[in-house]
Amino acid sequence: MKKPHISDMLGFGFLRFSVGTVIVALIIILFDIISKGRGVICWKFLITMPKNGMTEGGILPAIIGTFLVTVITALLSIPLGMGCAIYLNEYARENMLNRLIRMSIRNLSGVPSIVYGLFGVILFVQVMNLGTCILSAGMTLGLMTLPWTITASEEALKNVPKSYREGALALGATKWQSIRTNVLPYAIPGMLTGTILGLSRAAGETAPILFTGAAFFIPFLPKSLFSQFMALPYHLYIMSTQHHAISKVRPIAYGTALVLIALVFAMNLGAVIARYRLRKIKME
Amino acid sequence: MNNVKIKVEDFNFHYGKTHVLKKVSMDIVANKVTGIIGPSGCGKSTFLRSINRMNDTILGAKAEGRIILDGRNIYDDDIDVVEVRRKAGMVFQKSNPFPKSIFDNIAYGLRINGVKDKYYIHERVEKSLRDAAIWDEVKGRLNKNAFELSGGQQQRLCIARALAVEPEIVLMDEPASALDPTATLKVEELIQELKKKYTIIIVTHNMQQAARISDFTAFFMMGELVEYDVTSIMFTKPVKKITEDYITGRFG
Ligand SMILES: Nc1ncnc2c1ncn2[C@@H]1O[C@H](COP(=O)(O)OP(=O)(O)OP(=O)(O)O)[C@@H](O)[C@H]1O
Ligand SMILES: [Mg+2]
Repeated sequence: MKKPHISDMLGFGFLRFSVGTVIVALIIILFDIISKGRGVICWKFLITMPKNGMTEGGILPAIIGTFLVTVITALLSIPLGMGCAIYLNEYARENMLNRLIRMSIRNLSGVPSIVYGLFGVILFVQVMNLGTCILSAGMTLGLMTLPWTITASEEALKNVPKSYREGALALGATKWQSIRTNVLPYAIPGMLTGTILGLSRAAGETAPILFTGAAFFIPFLPKSLFSQFMALPYHLYIMSTQHHAISKVRPIAYGTALVLIALVFAMNLGAVIARYRLRKIKME
Repeated sequence: MNNVKIKVEDFNFHYGKTHVLKKVSMDIVANKVTGIIGPSGCGKSTFLRSINRMNDTILGAKAEGRIILDGRNIYDDDIDVVEVRRKAGMVFQKSNPFPKSIFDNIAYGLRINGVKDKYYIHERVEKSLRDAAIWDEVKGRLNKNAFELSGGQQQRLCIARALAVEPEIVLMDEPASALDPTATLKVEELIQELKKKYTIIIVTHNMQQAARISDFTAFFMMGELVEYDVTSIMFTKPVKKITEDYITGRFG
């Protein structure tokens, strides 16, 4: 047998080391949160309001708030993102303007979330006069996820072979018919996966909702989309840095973190399942 | 020539800066098979794709001149491209079944053209598959994904799909290039059958095949139509030396 080359071994060793480090770090974080948060998690924690200056009780309003905001985010970013991607990939001519738009979108996905938060305050809260509320926060997060949704959707469209489009056109399909019936069905699993991953990131964001609608403590559930709300990531932030009795509410903070992680994990799992199932349908 | 279906007049085609078809003029006769031969890269596919305006989708493509189909220049501004493509069906150089069931592949063209009648769709699907000489091989598994078919079957499926919408012209780009001799023979027989109903233009790299199946043969080289005549003349006493050299395999 030939001896493995020394540089090969070094390279492989480095790869193993990197993977190992990442996995160990992940396990430590998860273990820490689960072991410290597990104690407070029970049905009551999930379905009751915070009590006694948030030192007792549950986190129901934060769960509901995050859920509602994420729904608004999805309603804004899914149709707009997919629409933009379809336009850019299928209709727009390859010219300077188009390239500029695409470059801006890539750059926007790197803009810090706090900047989106400030932009949201100005556009939704002040100019559109919606006030600080679920709608403003959801739309701010929607804007923030748009670049990801567009990029992921465009990638998914690019993966559909050109021959599907041409084949349809050659049979007398109009452009939109060929896209709708012979491109989108095969792109949607990929589009959805990218979108859901974007949404799950949005659900965990604090900065964009900080000034646009999230509230420190509200002892009742939101009445409408124009209400202020509590949200899991913000609640976590408060409980771990701003509360007057931080050490006392530590377990609640860890419980909140656990719920947030579980939520994000569930969404990502949902993305994987959606992709898998849609792919099966498509192949039938 | 009488009964001209397509009249190509001074047709030029460019991909960006590359001038691919140069001043091509030819008359294509209805209900005949017209074979297109020529070395790789001479513009055969481009020519075929100009007839159903498939090249429109390519960035930077530019066409000049006229292609007159049933008396109408298909490059006129007010022409309905969708209508042109409905009239001139196409079988692509690389077979391209859709990732749908065999049945849905064939029914696709009917459905997008607004046919709703289930009974009629069934009838057309069966008829097209029969016409494309593949019915017996697939009749028991119409609901199976078309990707499960062999390469040769996929190619015939694509032919059936083109026939299902009842075009008047069928453009075939090397439909037999991926087929074994038996399947090739089937496709060739099929083409003889099809010309009763359709006007057929077929690109082929196989000289024997061109001689066997086409009534007229056009020889392209570097984007120019070098010679065009009745097949029997092209293959026995071509006017140009270069045509003879190509046909007898002395180059290319
Ligand atoms: N989409 C395109 N963009 C730019 N140039 C192209 C494109 N398609 C074809 N060409 C060029 O046009 C010329 C003619 O190509 P075409 O595909 O028509 O040749 P062909 O005769 O069909 O060749 P083959 O026998 O190999 O299929 C070639 O030089 C090719 O490089
Ligand atoms: Mg070709």
